[in-house]
Amino acid sequence: MASDNAAPTGLLIIGASQSGVQLAISLRALGFEEHITLLGEENHRPYQRPALSKEWLQGEVGNESLIFRSAEYWDEHNVTLVKDQRITEIRKNPDGSGVAVAESGAEFPFKRLALTVGARARKLAVDGADLAGVVYLRNADDALALKAMVGDATDIVVIGGGFIGLEAASSLKKMGKNVVLLEHGPRLVGRAVGEATAEYFLDAHRSRGLDIRLGARISRFVPAATHDGGKAVSGVEVTVGGGTAAGGAAGEGTGAEGTAAEVIPAQIVLVGIGVIPNTELAEQMGLAVDNGIVVDSHALASDGTTVAVGDCANMPNPVPGSPAGERIRLESVNNAIEHAKVAAYSLMGRREDYAGIPWFWSNQADLKLQIAGLSMGFDQTVVRRDDERGKFSVLYYRKGRIIAADCVNAPLDFMAVKNALAKRQNIPADTAEAAAAVADPAVQLKTLAV
Amino acid sequence: MTTTVHYTDAEGTVRDIEGRPGDSVMETAVRNGVPGIVAECGGSLSCATCHVFVRDDCLSELPPIEPMEDEMLYGTAVDREENSRLSCQLKLTEGMDLYVTTPETQV
Repeated sequence: MASDNAAPTGLLIIGASQSGVQLAISLRALGFEEHITLLGEENHRPYQRPALSKEWLQGEVGNESLIFRSAEYWDEHNVTLVKDQRITEIRKNPDGSGVAVAESGAEFPFKRLALTVGARARKLAVDGADLAGVVYLRNADDALALKAMVGDATDIVVIGGGFIGLEAASSLKKMGKNVVLLEHGPRLVGRAVGEATAEYFLDAHRSRGLDIRLGARISRFVPAATHDGGKAVSGVEVTVGGGTAAGGAAGEGTGAEGTAAEVIPAQIVLVGIGVIPNTELAEQMGLAVDNGIVVDSHALASDGTTVAVGDCANMPNPVPGSPAGERIRLESVNNAIEHAKVAAYSLMGRREDYAGIPWFWSNQADLKLQIAGLSMGFDQTVVRRDDERGKFSVLYYRKGRIIAADCVNAPLDFMAVKNALAKRQNIPADTAEAAAAVADPAVQLKTLAV
Repeated sequence: MTTTVHYTDAEGTVRDIEGRPGDSVMETAVRNGVPGIVAECGGSLSCATCHVFVRDDCLSELPPIEPMEDEMLYGTAVDREENSRLSCQLKLTEGMDLYVTTPETQV
Protein backbone atom coordinates (compact mmCIF):
# COMPACT_ATOMS: atom_id res chain seq x y z
CA MET A 1 0.00 0.00 0.00
CA ALA A 2 1.44 3.31 1.01
CA SER A 3 4.52 1.76 2.59
CA ASP A 4 6.46 1.88 -0.66
CA ASN A 5 5.28 5.39 -1.31
CA ALA A 6 8.61 7.11 -1.95
CA ALA A 7 7.25 10.65 -2.28
CA PRO A 8 5.76 11.95 0.94
CA THR A 9 2.43 13.67 0.78
CA GLY A 10 2.58 17.43 1.25
CA LEU A 11 0.12 17.29 4.11
CA LEU A 12 -1.10 14.25 5.97
CA ILE A 13 -4.40 14.88 7.73
CA ILE A 14 -5.11 12.20 10.31
CA GLY A 15 -8.85 12.08 10.86
CA ALA A 16 -11.37 12.30 8.01
CA SER A 17 -14.34 13.80 9.80
CA GLN A 18 -15.69 17.35 9.81
CA SER A 19 -12.48 19.19 10.74
CA GLY A 20 -10.17 17.08 8.56
CA VAL A 21 -12.45 17.44 5.55
CA GLN A 22 -12.81 21.18 6.09
CA LEU A 23 -9.05 21.59 6.42
CA ALA A 24 -8.50 19.98 3.01
CA ILE A 25 -11.26 22.05 1.43
CA SER A 26 -10.05 25.32 2.95
CA LEU A 27 -6.45 24.67 1.89
CA ARG A 28 -7.52 24.17 -1.71
CA ALA A 29 -9.61 27.34 -1.55
CA LEU A 30 -6.52 29.22 -0.34
CA GLY A 31 -4.38 27.89 -3.16
CA PHE A 32 -2.37 25.22 -1.30
CA GLU A 33 -0.72 23.29 -4.10
CA GLU A 34 0.86 20.32 -2.35
CA HIS A 35 -0.70 16.89 -2.45
CA ILE A 36 -3.00 16.14 0.50
CA THR A 37 -3.70 12.75 2.07
CA LEU A 38 -6.88 12.60 4.14
CA LEU A 39 -6.66 9.51 6.30
CA GLY A 40 -9.49 7.99 8.30
CA GLU A 41 -9.67 4.90 10.50
CA GLU A 42 -13.22 4.04 9.52
CA ASN A 43 -14.14 2.07 6.43
CA HIS A 44 -16.47 4.76 5.12
CA ARG A 45 -16.12 7.77 2.85
CA PRO A 46 -15.96 10.96 4.95
CA TYR A 47 -19.42 11.68 6.30
CA GLN A 48 -21.30 14.09 8.54
CA ARG A 49 -22.12 12.95 12.06
CA PRO A 50 -24.88 15.16 13.48
CA ALA A 51 -27.76 13.39 11.74
CA LEU A 52 -26.70 9.97 13.09
CA SER A 53 -28.69 10.54 16.29
CA LYS A 54 -31.50 12.41 14.56
CA GLU A 55 -32.73 12.43 10.95
CA TRP A 56 -30.62 9.46 9.83
CA LEU A 57 -31.62 7.26 12.79
CA GLN A 58 -35.27 7.98 12.05
CA GLY A 59 -34.80 7.11 8.39
CA GLU A 60 -35.56 10.63 7.20
CA VAL A 61 -32.27 10.90 5.32
CA GLY A 62 -30.27 8.13 3.67
CA ASN A 63 -26.60 7.17 3.86
CA GLU A 64 -25.69 9.09 0.73
CA SER A 65 -26.94 12.37 2.23
CA LEU A 66 -24.28 12.15 4.92
CA ILE A 67 -21.35 11.98 2.48
CA PHE A 68 -19.42 15.26 2.44
CA ARG A 69 -18.14 15.35 -1.13
CA SER A 70 -18.39 13.21 -4.25
CA ALA A 71 -15.39 11.01 -5.09
CA GLU A 72 -14.80 13.18 -8.18
CA TYR A 73 -14.33 16.23 -5.97
CA TRP A 74 -11.38 14.67 -4.15
CA ASP A 75 -9.82 13.43 -7.40
CA GLU A 76 -10.15 16.83 -9.03
CA HIS A 77 -8.61 18.52 -6.00
CA ASN A 78 -5.60 16.21 -5.70
CA VAL A 79 -6.67 14.78 -2.36
CA THR A 80 -6.08 11.07 -1.70
CA LEU A 81 -8.61 9.50 0.62
CA VAL A 82 -7.32 6.66 2.75
CA LYS A 83 -9.91 4.60 4.63
CA ASP A 84 -9.60 1.95 7.30
CA GLN A 85 -6.09 2.81 8.51
CA ARG A 86 -5.50 3.42 12.18
CA ILE A 87 -2.31 5.32 12.90
CA THR A 88 -0.52 4.08 16.01
CA GLU A 89 2.82 5.84 15.83
CA ILE A 90 4.22 9.07 14.44
CA ARG A 91 7.91 9.71 13.94
CA LYS A 92 8.42 13.40 13.37
CA ASN A 93 11.43 15.52 12.50
CA PRO A 94 12.00 19.02 13.86
CA ASP A 95 11.20 20.55 10.43
CA GLY A 96 7.64 19.20 10.59
CA SER A 97 8.13 16.25 8.26
CA GLY A 98 7.94 12.63 9.33
CA VAL A 99 6.24 9.27 8.95
CA ALA A 100 2.96 8.00 10.35
CA VAL A 101 2.78 4.27 10.92
CA ALA A 102 -0.53 2.42 10.86
CA GLU A 103 -1.59 -0.62 12.83
CA SER A 104 -1.51 -2.52 9.53
CA GLY A 105 2.18 -1.69 9.11
CA ALA A 106 1.53 0.77 6.29
CA GLU A 107 3.65 3.90 6.46
CA PHE A 108 2.58 7.39 5.41
CA PRO A 109 5.47 9.82 4.99
CA PHE A 110 4.55 13.50 5.13
CA LYS A 111 6.04 16.96 4.86
CA ARG A 112 3.51 18.48 7.28
CA LEU A 113 1.06 16.90 9.68
CA ALA A 114 -2.44 17.79 10.85
CA LEU A 115 -4.17 16.00 13.71
CA THR A 116 -7.94 16.10 13.33
CA VAL A 117 -8.39 13.00 15.44
CA GLY A 118 -11.58 13.96 17.28
CA ALA A 119 -12.85 12.32 20.42
CA ARG A 120 -14.27 8.97 21.43
CA ALA A 121 -17.27 8.03 23.52
CA ARG A 122 -16.70 7.90 27.27
CA LYS A 123 -17.47 4.37 28.49
CA LEU A 124 -19.62 3.53 31.45
CA ALA A 125 -17.74 1.06 33.63
CA VAL A 126 -20.31 -1.01 35.49
CA ASP A 127 -20.95 -4.76 35.64
CA GLY A 128 -22.31 -5.97 32.34
CA ALA A 129 -20.77 -3.13 30.31
CA ASP A 130 -19.62 -5.62 27.66
CA LEU A 131 -23.01 -7.28 27.15
CA ALA A 132 -24.45 -7.38 23.65
CA GLY A 133 -26.96 -4.57 23.23
CA VAL A 134 -24.99 -2.02 25.24
CA VAL A 135 -24.09 0.54 22.60
CA TYR A 136 -22.60 3.99 22.07
CA LEU A 137 -23.35 6.49 19.33
CA ARG A 138 -20.30 8.30 18.07
CA ASN A 139 -19.65 7.14 14.52
CA ALA A 140 -21.37 5.56 11.54
CA ASP A 141 -20.60 1.98 12.61
CA ASP A 142 -22.19 2.67 16.00
CA ALA A 143 -25.22 4.11 14.25
CA LEU A 144 -25.49 1.21 11.79
CA ALA A 145 -25.28 -1.28 14.68
CA LEU A 146 -27.92 0.59 16.65
CA LYS A 147 -30.26 0.83 13.69
CA ALA A 148 -29.88 -2.88 12.95
CA MET A 149 -30.93 -3.71 16.53
CA VAL A 150 -33.75 -1.23 16.87
CA GLY A 151 -36.25 -3.18 14.80
CA ASP A 152 -36.48 -6.04 17.30
CA ALA A 153 -36.39 -3.95 20.45
CA THR A 154 -39.42 -2.79 22.37
CA ASP A 155 -37.68 -1.30 25.39
CA ILE A 156 -34.65 0.97 25.24
CA VAL A 157 -32.79 2.67 28.06
CA VAL A 158 -30.76 5.75 27.19
CA ILE A 159 -28.10 6.70 29.73
CA GLY A 160 -27.11 10.34 29.72
CA GLY A 161 -29.26 13.45 29.44
CA GLY A 162 -26.91 15.47 27.25
CA PHE A 163 -27.45 16.32 23.59
CA ILE A 164 -26.75 12.86 22.20
CA GLY A 165 -28.87 11.12 24.81
CA LEU A 166 -31.82 13.47 24.36
CA GLU A 167 -31.60 13.46 20.57
CA ALA A 168 -31.40 9.68 20.39
CA ALA A 169 -34.11 9.18 23.01
CA SER A 170 -36.43 11.53 21.09
CA SER A 171 -35.68 9.75 17.83
CA LEU A 172 -36.23 6.29 19.31
CA LYS A 173 -39.46 7.37 20.98
CA LYS A 174 -40.70 8.71 17.66
CA MET A 175 -39.89 5.30 16.20
CA GLY A 176 -42.38 3.75 18.63
CA LYS A 177 -40.05 2.40 21.30
CA ASN A 178 -40.55 2.49 25.06
CA VAL A 179 -37.71 4.75 26.10
CA VAL A 180 -36.47 5.51 29.59
CA LEU A 181 -33.76 8.14 29.90
CA LEU A 182 -31.49 7.96 32.94
CA GLU A 183 -29.41 10.95 33.95
CA HIS A 184 -26.88 10.79 36.75
CA GLY A 185 -26.97 14.51 37.54
CA PRO A 186 -29.72 16.64 39.06
CA ARG A 187 -30.70 18.15 35.69
CA LEU A 188 -30.52 17.66 31.94
CA VAL A 189 -27.79 18.93 29.61
CA GLY A 190 -25.59 19.67 32.61
CA ARG A 191 -22.62 21.26 30.91
CA ALA A 192 -24.06 22.98 27.89
CA VAL A 193 -27.00 25.12 29.00
CA GLY A 194 -28.15 27.07 32.03
CA GLU A 195 -30.65 26.04 34.68
CA ALA A 196 -33.68 27.68 33.05
CA THR A 197 -33.07 25.95 29.72
CA ALA A 198 -32.45 22.62 31.44
CA GLU A 199 -35.78 22.93 33.27
CA TYR A 200 -37.55 23.90 30.08
CA PHE A 201 -36.24 20.78 28.34
CA LEU A 202 -37.16 18.56 31.27
CA ASP A 203 -40.76 19.82 31.21
CA ALA A 204 -40.97 19.77 27.44
CA HIS A 205 -39.71 16.20 27.10
CA ARG A 206 -41.82 14.90 29.98
CA SER A 207 -44.93 16.56 28.56
CA ARG A 208 -44.15 14.82 25.26
CA GLY A 209 -44.19 11.51 27.10
CA LEU A 210 -40.48 10.79 27.49
CA ASP A 211 -39.76 8.97 30.77
CA ILE A 212 -36.81 10.82 32.35
CA ARG A 213 -35.26 9.88 35.70
CA LEU A 214 -32.79 12.32 37.21
CA GLY A 215 -30.28 11.49 39.93
CA ALA A 216 -30.02 7.95 38.53
CA ARG A 217 -27.29 5.66 39.86
CA ILE A 218 -26.62 2.72 37.54
CA SER A 219 -25.46 -0.31 39.51
CA ARG A 220 -25.26 -2.87 36.69
CA PHE A 221 -26.52 -4.04 33.32
CA VAL A 222 -28.55 -7.21 33.79
CA PRO A 223 -27.72 -10.07 31.41
CA ALA A 224 -30.02 -12.54 29.73
CA ALA A 225 -28.87 -15.74 28.02
CA THR A 226 -29.24 -15.71 24.24
CA HIS A 227 -29.66 -18.63 21.82
CA ASP A 228 -26.03 -18.68 20.76
CA GLY A 229 -24.74 -18.90 24.31
CA GLY A 230 -23.66 -15.25 24.37
CA LYS A 231 -24.99 -12.76 26.83
CA ALA A 232 -27.23 -9.88 25.90
CA VAL A 233 -28.48 -7.09 28.06
CA SER A 234 -32.02 -7.44 29.39
CA GLY A 235 -32.24 -4.50 31.75
CA VAL A 236 -30.57 -1.79 33.74
CA GLU A 237 -30.44 -1.90 37.52
CA VAL A 238 -30.80 1.63 38.81
CA THR A 239 -31.40 3.57 42.00
CA VAL A 240 -33.12 6.89 41.54
CA GLY A 241 -33.22 9.81 43.94
CA GLY A 242 -30.99 10.89 46.79
CA GLY A 243 -29.55 13.82 44.94
CA THR A 244 -32.82 15.41 43.92
CA ALA A 245 -33.18 18.36 41.62
CA ALA A 246 -33.29 20.64 44.65
CA GLY A 247 -30.28 19.08 46.35
CA GLY A 248 -27.30 20.92 44.99
CA ALA A 249 -24.71 18.46 46.26
CA ALA A 250 -25.70 15.44 44.23
CA GLY A 251 -22.27 13.92 44.33
CA GLU A 252 -21.27 10.29 44.67
CA GLY A 253 -22.42 8.57 47.80
CA THR A 254 -25.33 10.88 48.55
CA GLY A 255 -27.78 8.54 46.90
CA ALA A 256 -28.32 6.55 50.07
CA GLU A 257 -31.74 8.17 50.56
CA GLY A 258 -32.88 7.09 47.11
CA THR A 259 -35.55 4.61 46.18
CA ALA A 260 -34.81 0.90 46.22
CA ALA A 261 -32.95 -0.48 43.23
CA GLU A 262 -35.18 -1.20 40.25
CA VAL A 263 -34.48 -3.11 37.04
CA ILE A 264 -35.73 -1.29 33.96
CA PRO A 265 -36.17 -3.72 31.05
CA ALA A 266 -34.11 -2.97 27.95
CA GLN A 267 -33.03 -4.93 24.92
CA ILE A 268 -30.85 -1.96 23.99
CA VAL A 269 -28.93 0.33 26.32
CA LEU A 270 -27.57 3.39 24.60
CA VAL A 271 -24.90 5.21 26.58
CA GLY A 272 -24.20 8.88 25.82
CA ILE A 273 -22.17 10.29 28.69
CA GLY A 274 -19.73 12.52 26.87
CA VAL A 275 -16.49 12.09 25.01
CA ILE A 276 -12.76 11.91 25.64
CA PRO A 277 -10.42 13.71 23.21
CA ASN A 278 -8.05 11.43 21.32
CA THR A 279 -4.68 12.65 22.50
CA GLU A 280 -2.60 9.44 22.41
CA LEU A 281 -0.77 10.27 19.18
CA ALA A 282 0.01 13.77 20.40
CA GLU A 283 1.31 12.40 23.69
CA GLN A 284 3.45 9.88 21.88
CA MET A 285 4.87 12.75 19.80
CA GLY A 286 5.69 14.68 22.98
CA LEU A 287 3.18 17.48 22.29
CA ALA A 288 1.63 19.38 25.18
CA VAL A 289 -1.70 17.82 26.14
CA ASP A 290 -4.23 19.08 28.68
CA ASN A 291 -7.85 18.09 28.09
CA GLY A 292 -7.02 17.96 24.39
CA ILE A 293 -4.01 18.81 22.30
CA VAL A 294 -2.83 22.24 23.42
CA VAL A 295 -2.73 24.69 20.50
CA ASP A 296 -2.21 28.43 20.10
CA SER A 297 -4.66 30.80 18.41
CA HIS A 298 -3.30 29.68 15.02
CA ALA A 299 -4.11 25.99 15.69
CA LEU A 300 -0.40 25.18 16.09
CA ALA A 301 0.59 22.53 18.63
CA SER A 302 3.52 22.96 21.03
CA ASP A 303 6.10 21.77 18.46
CA GLY A 304 5.27 24.80 16.32
CA THR A 305 4.65 22.80 13.14
CA THR A 306 1.84 20.30 13.72
CA VAL A 307 -1.68 21.65 13.57
CA ALA A 308 -4.47 20.17 15.69
CA VAL A 309 -8.08 21.03 14.90
CA GLY A 310 -11.59 20.50 16.18
CA ASP A 311 -12.85 18.33 19.05
CA CYS A 312 -9.33 17.12 19.90
CA ALA A 313 -7.83 20.60 20.38
CA ASN A 314 -7.62 22.69 23.54
CA MET A 315 -7.35 26.28 22.35
CA PRO A 316 -7.59 29.88 23.50
CA ASN A 317 -11.24 30.92 23.84
CA PRO A 318 -12.04 32.35 20.38
CA VAL A 319 -14.82 34.69 21.54
CA PRO A 320 -13.67 38.30 21.16
CA GLY A 321 -13.36 39.95 24.55
CA SER A 322 -13.14 36.71 26.52
CA PRO A 323 -10.83 36.68 29.56
CA ALA A 324 -7.16 36.61 28.62
CA GLY A 325 -5.59 33.19 28.90
CA GLU A 326 -8.92 31.35 29.06
CA ARG A 327 -8.70 28.03 27.22
CA ILE A 328 -11.46 25.81 25.95
CA ARG A 329 -12.18 22.64 24.03
CA LEU A 330 -15.27 22.84 21.85
CA GLU A 331 -17.23 19.90 20.45
CA SER A 332 -19.23 21.29 17.57
CA VAL A 333 -19.53 21.39 13.80
CA ASN A 334 -19.13 25.14 13.80
CA ASN A 335 -15.84 24.91 15.67
CA ALA A 336 -14.56 22.12 13.46
CA ILE A 337 -15.17 24.34 10.43
CA GLU A 338 -13.90 27.65 11.79
CA HIS A 339 -10.89 26.12 13.51
CA ALA A 340 -9.97 24.26 10.33
CA LYS A 341 -10.01 27.54 8.40
CA VAL A 342 -7.53 29.07 10.84
CA ALA A 343 -5.33 25.96 10.63
CA ALA A 344 -5.41 26.23 6.84
CA TYR A 345 -4.05 29.78 7.06
CA SER A 346 -1.33 28.53 9.43
CA LEU A 347 -0.27 25.85 6.98
CA MET A 348 -0.11 28.51 4.26
CA GLY A 349 2.27 30.52 6.45
CA ARG A 350 -0.32 33.12 7.34
CA ARG A 351 -1.16 34.03 10.92
CA GLU A 352 -4.88 34.58 11.36
CA ASP A 353 -6.07 34.45 14.96
CA TYR A 354 -9.08 32.26 15.57
CA ALA A 355 -11.84 34.67 16.56
CA GLY A 356 -15.46 33.70 16.27
CA ILE A 357 -18.83 33.25 17.86
CA PRO A 358 -19.29 29.55 18.62
CA TRP A 359 -22.72 28.16 17.97
CA PHE A 360 -24.41 24.81 18.49
CA TRP A 361 -27.65 23.13 17.59
CA SER A 362 -29.61 20.15 18.79
CA ASN A 363 -32.90 18.85 17.40
CA GLN A 364 -34.98 16.84 19.86
CA ALA A 365 -38.51 15.83 18.88
CA ASP A 366 -40.06 19.13 17.72
CA LEU A 367 -37.64 21.14 19.88
CA LYS A 368 -34.99 23.00 17.93
CA LEU A 369 -32.29 24.26 20.30
CA GLN A 370 -29.85 26.81 18.92
CA ILE A 371 -27.10 28.19 21.14
CA ALA A 372 -25.10 31.29 20.23
CA GLY A 373 -21.93 32.18 22.12
CA LEU A 374 -20.57 30.62 25.32
CA SER A 375 -22.46 31.19 28.56
CA MET A 376 -19.66 30.30 30.98
CA GLY A 377 -19.01 33.00 33.54
CA PHE A 378 -22.45 34.63 33.22
CA ASP A 379 -23.77 36.72 36.13
CA GLN A 380 -27.27 37.57 34.82
CA THR A 381 -29.91 35.87 32.70
CA VAL A 382 -33.08 37.11 31.03
CA VAL A 383 -35.75 34.64 29.93
CA ARG A 384 -37.96 35.31 26.90
CA ARG A 385 -40.89 32.99 26.74
CA ASP A 386 -43.86 32.77 24.38
CA ASP A 387 -45.78 29.66 25.37
CA GLU A 388 -48.52 30.29 22.85
CA ARG A 389 -46.06 29.96 19.98
CA GLY A 390 -43.81 27.48 21.78
CA LYS A 391 -40.78 29.76 21.82
CA PHE A 392 -38.27 30.01 24.63
CA SER A 393 -34.95 31.83 24.92
CA VAL A 394 -32.49 32.59 27.69
CA LEU A 395 -30.00 35.41 27.24
CA TYR A 396 -26.79 35.35 29.29
CA TYR A 397 -24.88 38.43 30.46
CA ARG A 398 -21.51 39.02 32.06
CA LYS A 399 -20.86 42.42 33.58
CA GLY A 400 -23.76 43.93 31.67
CA ARG A 401 -22.76 42.60 28.26
CA ILE A 402 -24.53 39.84 26.40
CA ILE A 403 -22.32 36.77 25.97
CA ALA A 404 -24.68 33.98 24.85
CA ALA A 405 -28.23 32.75 24.32
CA ASP A 406 -30.04 29.40 24.38
CA CYS A 407 -32.98 29.55 21.96
CA VAL A 408 -35.68 26.90 21.56
CA ASN A 409 -37.82 27.12 18.41
CA ALA A 410 -36.80 30.77 18.26
CA PRO A 411 -34.48 31.25 15.27
CA LEU A 412 -35.07 34.99 15.22
CA ASP A 413 -33.74 35.33 18.76
CA PHE A 414 -30.81 33.07 17.93
CA MET A 415 -29.92 35.06 14.83
CA ALA A 416 -30.30 38.38 16.66
CA VAL A 417 -27.91 37.35 19.43
CA LYS A 418 -25.43 35.66 17.10
CA ASN A 419 -25.32 38.75 14.89
CA ALA A 420 -25.05 41.12 17.87
CA LEU A 421 -22.11 39.12 19.26
CA ALA A 422 -20.38 39.07 15.90
CA LYS A 423 -20.75 42.86 15.58
CA ARG A 424 -19.65 43.38 19.21
CA GLN A 425 -23.05 44.89 19.98
CA ASN A 426 -24.93 44.59 23.26
CA ILE A 427 -28.60 43.84 23.92
CA PRO A 428 -28.74 45.75 27.20
CA ALA A 429 -30.61 44.40 30.20
CA ASP A 430 -28.89 46.40 32.93
CA THR A 431 -31.99 48.31 34.06
CA ALA A 432 -35.39 46.93 35.01
CA GLU A 433 -36.87 48.62 31.97
CA ALA A 434 -34.27 47.26 29.58
CA ALA A 435 -34.57 43.77 31.03
CA ALA A 436 -38.34 43.92 30.63
CA ALA A 437 -37.98 44.81 26.97
CA VAL A 438 -35.57 41.92 26.40
CA ALA A 439 -37.98 39.57 28.18
CA ASP A 440 -40.96 40.66 26.08
CA PRO A 441 -41.44 38.18 23.23
CA ALA A 442 -43.45 40.78 21.31
CA VAL A 443 -40.30 42.91 20.98
CA GLN A 444 -37.86 41.80 18.29
CA LEU A 445 -34.43 41.36 19.86
CA LYS A 446 -32.77 42.70 16.74
CA THR A 447 -34.28 46.12 17.44
CA LEU A 448 -32.67 46.21 20.90
CA ALA A 449 -29.09 45.65 19.76
CA VAL A 450 -26.84 48.68 20.20
CA MET B 1 -35.10 13.86 -18.45
CA THR B 2 -32.14 15.49 -16.78
CA THR B 3 -32.40 17.43 -13.58
CA THR B 4 -30.15 20.46 -13.49
CA VAL B 5 -29.36 23.26 -11.06
CA HIS B 6 -27.64 26.33 -12.48
CA TYR B 7 -25.68 28.08 -9.73
CA THR B 8 -24.53 31.64 -10.39
CA ASP B 9 -22.15 33.11 -7.84
CA ALA B 10 -21.91 36.74 -6.79
CA GLU B 11 -19.25 37.38 -9.46
CA GLY B 12 -21.47 35.98 -12.18
CA THR B 13 -19.72 32.63 -12.70
CA VAL B 14 -22.25 29.96 -13.64
CA ARG B 15 -21.95 26.29 -12.67
CA ASP B 16 -24.44 23.82 -14.14
CA ILE B 17 -24.71 20.74 -11.97
CA GLU B 18 -26.72 17.67 -12.82
CA GLY B 19 -28.68 16.70 -9.72
CA ARG B 20 -30.52 13.66 -8.46
CA PRO B 21 -34.25 13.92 -7.81
CA GLY B 22 -34.82 13.83 -4.07
CA ASP B 23 -31.58 15.60 -3.20
CA SER B 24 -31.79 19.21 -2.11
CA VAL B 25 -30.30 22.16 -3.94
CA MET B 26 -27.94 22.52 -0.96
CA GLU B 27 -26.78 18.88 -1.04
CA THR B 28 -26.21 19.01 -4.77
CA ALA B 29 -24.01 22.09 -4.34
CA VAL B 30 -22.03 20.83 -1.38
CA ARG B 31 -21.32 17.38 -2.78
CA ASN B 32 -19.93 18.94 -5.94
CA GLY B 33 -17.98 21.66 -4.17
CA VAL B 34 -20.00 24.59 -5.54
CA PRO B 35 -18.68 27.61 -3.63
CA GLY B 36 -21.12 30.07 -2.10
CA ILE B 37 -23.12 27.52 -0.13
CA VAL B 38 -21.73 26.69 3.31
CA ALA B 39 -24.51 24.66 4.96
CA GLU B 40 -22.86 24.22 8.36
CA CYS B 41 -25.81 22.32 9.79
CA GLY B 42 -25.98 19.84 6.94
CA GLY B 43 -29.56 20.66 6.07
CA SER B 44 -31.36 20.49 9.40
CA LEU B 45 -32.61 24.07 9.13
CA SER B 46 -30.40 25.42 11.89
CA CYS B 47 -27.82 27.74 10.39
CA ALA B 48 -29.09 29.83 7.43
CA THR B 49 -25.78 29.45 5.55
CA CYS B 50 -27.26 27.90 2.40
CA HIS B 51 -29.20 31.01 1.36
CA VAL B 52 -29.92 31.37 -2.37
CA PHE B 53 -31.85 33.74 -4.59
CA VAL B 54 -34.16 31.85 -6.92
CA ARG B 55 -34.79 33.17 -10.44
CA ASP B 56 -38.30 34.55 -10.43
CA ASP B 57 -39.72 32.25 -13.10
CA CYS B 58 -38.53 29.21 -11.10
CA LEU B 59 -40.23 30.18 -7.84
CA SER B 60 -43.52 28.55 -8.70
CA GLU B 61 -41.82 25.15 -9.08
CA LEU B 62 -40.80 25.20 -5.43
CA PRO B 63 -42.63 24.20 -2.27
CA PRO B 64 -43.93 27.10 -0.16
CA ILE B 65 -41.85 28.51 2.70
CA GLU B 66 -42.55 26.90 6.09
CA PRO B 67 -42.57 29.22 9.13
CA MET B 68 -39.19 27.99 10.45
CA GLU B 69 -37.46 28.62 7.12
CA ASP B 70 -39.13 32.01 6.97
CA GLU B 71 -37.73 32.97 10.38
CA MET B 72 -34.27 31.63 9.56
CA LEU B 73 -34.20 33.74 6.40
CA TYR B 74 -34.26 36.86 8.55
CA GLY B 75 -30.86 35.87 9.89
CA THR B 76 -28.94 35.37 6.67
CA ALA B 77 -25.58 37.11 6.25
CA VAL B 78 -26.76 38.94 3.13
CA ASP B 79 -30.26 40.40 3.61
CA ARG B 80 -33.14 38.38 2.22
CA GLU B 81 -35.05 39.40 -0.87
CA GLU B 82 -38.47 38.43 -2.20
CA ASN B 83 -36.89 35.47 -4.00
CA SER B 84 -34.76 34.24 -1.08
CA ARG B 85 -34.88 30.59 0.01
CA LEU B 86 -32.77 28.24 2.09
CA SER B 87 -31.49 25.75 -0.42
CA CYS B 88 -31.60 22.85 2.05
CA GLN B 89 -35.39 23.07 1.86
CA LEU B 90 -35.53 22.85 -1.95
CA LYS B 91 -35.79 19.24 -3.12
CA LEU B 92 -35.04 18.47 -6.73
CA THR B 93 -37.80 16.87 -8.75
CA GLU B 94 -37.45 14.87 -11.95
CA GLY B 95 -36.68 17.11 -14.91
CA MET B 96 -36.31 20.25 -12.80
CA ASP B 97 -34.28 23.06 -14.40
CA LEU B 98 -33.57 25.48 -11.59
CA TYR B 99 -31.63 28.75 -11.64
CA VAL B 100 -30.28 30.12 -8.37
CA THR B 101 -27.78 32.81 -7.41
CA THR B 102 -25.60 32.54 -4.32
CA PRO B 103 -25.02 35.61 -2.13
CA GLU B 104 -21.68 37.35 -1.67
CA THR B 105 -21.20 35.72 1.72
CA GLN B 106 -23.02 33.20 3.92
CA VAL B 107 -21.43 33.98 7.27
